[in-house]
Amino acid sequence: MSGILQEEEPSEHIYTASQWQLVERKFRKHRLAVWSGMIVLTLYLGALFCEFLSPYGLDDQHLEYIYAPPQRLHLIGPDGLHLRPFVYGLKGIRHPQTLRKVYVEDKSKIYPMQFFASGPSYHFWGLIETDIHLLGVEEGGTLFLLGTDSLGRDLLSRIFYGSRISLTIGLIGVTLSFIFGLSIGAISGYYGGWIDNVIQRLIEILRSFPSIPLWMALSASLPATWTPLQIYFGITVVLSFLGWTGLARVVRGKILALREEDYATAAVLVGASKSRIMTRHLLPGFTSHIVVSLTLALPSMILGETSLSFLGLGLRAPITSWGVLLQEAQNVQAVAMQPWLLTPAIFVVVAVLAFNFVGDGLRDAADPYGR
Amino acid sequence: MFHLILKRLLWMIPTLFAISFISFALIQLPPGDYLTSYVTALAETGEPVAEEQVEALRRRYDLDRPFMIQYLKWLNNLLPFGFERQDTGSYWRTDAGDFNWPSFKWPDLGMSFEWNRQVTELIGERLLLTMLISVVTLLFTWALAIPVGIYSAVRQYSWGDYTFSVLGFIGLAIPNFLLALVFMYLGYSFFGISAGGLFSPEYQDAPWSVARFTDLLAHLWIPVIVIGTAGTAGLIRVMRGNLLDELPKQYVMTARAKGLAPWKLLIKYPVRVALNPLISTIGWVLPGIVSGSVITAVVLGLPTTGPLLLRALQNQDMYLAGSMVMILSFLTVIGTLLSDILLLWLDPRIRYEGRDNA
Repeated sequence: MSGILQEEEPSEHIYTASQWQLVERKFRKHRLAVWSGMIVLTLYLGALFCEFLSPYGLDDQHLEYIYAPPQRLHLIGPDGLHLRPFVYGLKGIRHPQTLRKVYVEDKSKIYPMQFFASGPSYHFWGLIETDIHLLGVEEGGTLFLLGTDSLGRDLLSRIFYGSRISLTIGLIGVTLSFIFGLSIGAISGYYGGWIDNVIQRLIEILRSFPSIPLWMALSASLPATWTPLQIYFGITVVLSFLGWTGLARVVRGKILALREEDYATAAVLVGASKSRIMTRHLLPGFTSHIVVSLTLALPSMILGETSLSFLGLGLRAPITSWGVLLQEAQNVQAVAMQPWLLTPAIFVVVAVLAFNFVGDGLRDAADPYGR
Repeated sequence: MFHLILKRLLWMIPTLFAISFISFALIQLPPGDYLTSYVTALAETGEPVAEEQVEALRRRYDLDRPFMIQYLKWLNNLLPFGFERQDTGSYWRTDAGDFNWPSFKWPDLGMSFEWNRQVTELIGERLLLTMLISVVTLLFTWALAIPVGIYSAVRQYSWGDYTFSVLGFIGLAIPNFLLALVFMYLGYSFFGISAGGLFSPEYQDAPWSVARFTDLLAHLWIPVIVIGTAGTAGLIRVMRGNLLDELPKQYVMTARAKGLAPWKLLIKYPVRVALNPLISTIGWVLPGIVSGSVITAVVLGLPTTGPLLLRALQNQDMYLAGSMVMILSFLTVIGTLLSDILLLWLDPRIRYEGRDNA
């Protein structure tokens, strides 16, 4: 018997693609999902290098430029075509009738855009002190590509810094839901009986809460004395409070189905331990499902954080997230006078869309029976 | 079928008890109580606060008692059957000094500290408006999602399908409050009107009348669109996917071969089958609408439960907040139950499965 096996083994050279290779191949065909994946990657890279990418620091105030509208980049000036895009100087004047401060371009001053320009100094990743920014203008000029807020802080820079919080809060939240959902779902599905019953009822109860009121109540219960870091983790816990239930259901259902498969019975018969059957035989059967549910859970967490922070129940200044930035656009007057304050929302929408498309693509790719 | 409904109804009881406990525990979670935040607020304005007075208030509202006692009292008041609070303040003894037997009574949601009024009184009309908005939104969502979903499936990969898909995805990705802001901005900058609220100023506090109701309808569409967009987008995807699964099946081809008119066939068979999963989603559409309406109501300034809940949570007005979270969850549980019953009635397969299990 063993002789025959040994003889046959070297001659068999059949190419086999692993499940993940198949998934990857299918995913690549899904154009929209691939592009969205690139957008997601770009956003995370942006968050990683936000100090370098933003022209100004997070809290650099320009008190002479409060609520300055976005500055336009020009190529053609009064003296003809320029090789490099440039901005005009910004001049604040009083509106003759309303007496509000309005900004006009000072066409006598031209500040060409500079790459790797020196600007305000910062500690890159808290380690290296440098003052190199990707974009900048000469001393004396300003570069507010998305305008400034009520304290004259550059909105674009704040959006870059905010992406760090907004994008990671979803990741950490999803990780927490993943740990809870996977372990609780596995326990529920594997042991069955009354344990399963209790866990399923608990999940049902949690799911019957409307999410936003529950999140609101939970975040309102975070003590006001907490440090920003504690609040940040508190909010992630709040967001994953409901998130794990969906995953636990998926895992339980899959385990219930896979437990009855022949290969699982075979593993029991040859004497594999429970934990080995679980991790070696059952888990690979639904990893793709887990990945998909996690990707699809991310956007709802980003939206949740944004909504909570917008209402003033989530993150609070000095932490800066997209939702916190949107707090400035809370009433119609602010939006009507300074519409650029809504730009962080565009980033939210783009991030959520991209995550949704990636999740959709992954779902199609991970389905072995799909067309 | 009857068994299954009965089983679900019985399950609702422990579920509701658990929900009441979680709601109350959540509201009690923050350190301090309404009086501490009240005292801080007073101190900030520079008004002196008498310590004894605060303590007296705390005793009066049982804020100094242990958590479980506070919870049981609140629960007892909330239930339609329980110990009625006597004029003396006791629950156990009647005014005459005898044991007070539990009896049927009106549910009492407690007092709001901040407004110094009964919670029932405060949220009565707001709750009605919340329910009205939720139901109208649900109808709007369905009225839009089902035809569009059918169209997108029948004309798959057509321009219309792509347009609706893109619109749908964007609808899913836009946070409710943003959509509300955009609507208000458009209304403000183009028509010079404020899109907020549910009534014109002259009907704000007027008693109910036909004119007030028409005024309400004229204002209702903005919140309905804002709240319904995300749900509509999701339902279109579900409807389209379901119908696409049904259309290539053999019974459809057989019916076509026998000469049944395409429209008649479509409506009579595949659409009916595709609707089933849609109905089972009411369970999660409804909590979604209730959630969405909370934030939208805050932005649009609607006289619904949302803004009141936000304020109550921020001020630790615990009975008001707790009762409201409880009522919203209760409505959701009822909604889920209704969707289950509807599904049982529509889909014979579930009926038979249920009979086997029962």
